[in-house]
Amino acid sequence: MKISKSDVEKVAKLARLEITETEKEAFTQQLSGILTYVEKLNALKTAGVEPTATVPGQSNVFREDKARPSLPVEKAVANAPESADGFFVVPKIIEER
Amino acid sequence: MTGIHKLTLADLQKKFTAGEVTARDIVQAYTLRINQVEPKVKAYITQTKETAMAQAEALDGKLKGWRRTMPLMGMPVAIKDNICTEHVLTTCASRILGNFVPPYDATVIARLRGQGYLLLGKTNLDEFAMGSSTENSAFGPSRNPWNVGHVPGGSSGGSAAAVAADECVAALGSDPGGSIRQPAALCGVVGLKPTYGRVSRFGLVAFASSLDQIGPITKDVTDAAIMLNVIAGHDPLDSTSANLPVPDYTRALKKKDLKKLKVGVPREFFAEGLDPEVGQAVQAAIDELKNLGGEITEISLPTTDYAVAIYYLIATAEASSNLARYDGVKYGLRTKQAKDLLDMYVKTRQEGFGPEVKRRIMLGTYALSAGYYDAYYGKAQAARTMTKQDFDAAFKGVDLIVTPVTPTPAFKLGEKSEDPLQMYLSDIFTISVNLAGVPAISIPCGFSKAGLPIGLQIIGRPFEEETILRAAHAYEQATSWRAKKPNIR
Repeated sequence: MKISKSDVEKVAKLARLEITETEKEAFTQQLSGILTYVEKLNALKTAGVEPTATVPGQSNVFREDKARPSLPVEKAVANAPESADGFFVVPKIIEER
Repeated sequence: MTGIHKLTLADLQKKFTAGEVTARDIVQAYTLRINQVEPKVKAYITQTKETAMAQAEALDGKLKGWRRTMPLMGMPVAIKDNICTEHVLTTCASRILGNFVPPYDATVIARLRGQGYLLLGKTNLDEFAMGSSTENSAFGPSRNPWNVGHVPGGSSGGSAAAVAADECVAALGSDPGGSIRQPAALCGVVGLKPTYGRVSRFGLVAFASSLDQIGPITKDVTDAAIMLNVIAGHDPLDSTSANLPVPDYTRALKKKDLKKLKVGVPREFFAEGLDPEVGQAVQAAIDELKNLGGEITEISLPTTDYAVAIYYLIATAEASSNLARYDGVKYGLRTKQAKDLLDMYVKTRQEGFGPEVKRRIMLGTYALSAGYYDAYYGKAQAARTMTKQDFDAAFKGVDLIVTPVTPTPAFKLGEKSEDPLQMYLSDIFTISVNLAGVPAISIPCGFSKAGLPIGLQIIGRPFEEETILRAAHAYEQATSWRAKKPNIR
């Protein structure tokens, strides 16, 4: 399936990517090519076939709901671009009136 | 002692256990080798030779008076840079994780450490394991030790190149769609993708969660069995890891034949697009398996031709979700240009991800978006069921399936990097194995006229790595491909 530049812009927005004009052109053409290729799947009769999300033999795994040792706060924030007092710092979300 | 770096893991263990070499001798030999060839091969992103040397010296000091008992004691191993190593940079070959130092070890690393291994460094990969050539690395491509004008394959290209160039005794890689087996084939070494669930993925940076699996890349089949012994087994920290007993895989190597084993050859893997030199080498290998007592039958895996399409919808959909975590908040890069929170997300991701990662996030987001979910992602999941059924049906009649690993020997740097679809199609022979979750090994089975290695893939039933290793080992012992080393110095 051919997709348009505006489709690419919409998908980039969903994917939280701020792509450049050059990338928009390239992705429009490359994604159209890949989507056209994957449409060969339409030749497979999959009506009534159960989808596979992961290979069989697996089921939910449960454990006791008990507190266990976890990563200490200082280690958990050690890689943060910005942190203070053991918290992650991000730009302000709510505007003041 | 000279030539330490050329020894297999099993042989190096023997010499170390006998006290013929010290851990210091070993690390020194690998340091010299890395200094000599690494400028040409570029297998590593981060080297930890100095730490390895300090650990080796401490180990030698401790060992005075008692004998070596742990299987990896003093053995210098290289780790793909998408597997978390505490205190050691883990970049995934991405700018977005360029400064990431994990606060914990992956379970496989904890297991290797528990057996006394020495970390020699972190190896190059396609960014987030997305690629088939190691060209999609933010730190530049690795080279094929057999011909540095050619790619080493990918995404575990750094690990495969490091093993082939004797820059480590063994390595770990990860394999969502062929990323262990394909570079192993293109670099002339052994690469094993275990069954989905056989090895814990706790601490492996997620790309495609229903497909990823960690496995060893080694100089021979015995070494692959030794490494699998260490890393296999249940882990409560990975809910997809299988709670099944782990056999001693080295015992599987005792039978040096394929007697009473039925070997299937799927006709779909020998169709157009297969390089004649690869076809001939694989055919000769099949004849050898027959000589070794294997009963060869032609089989069919009818959905083979659809595997690339299924894979690139499922893997990218999972990637688009997994990579949502890179938002400039908890770790990694944060843009300096942000006006507000949303702006911080989009600019951080734009600056941090390379072109192939963006392309896959875009494709996956599209396949999962409203109005297209059923047509693309849902369709691919149903088709995946059919792929799994193909393998289930085939394994009712045969014990093993043998195929080529790649359609061609290693391609040249830059040859496919402008055409993503052509690059994806180079994975055609390895990805259905991941879709079905079954184990498979790549072992050397010849060389092209240009002197580039060719690989043979042996696929087994789920959790029957022993059968694969037995057949691979019997073939390896009956042939002499592993004696040939790349002429790089």
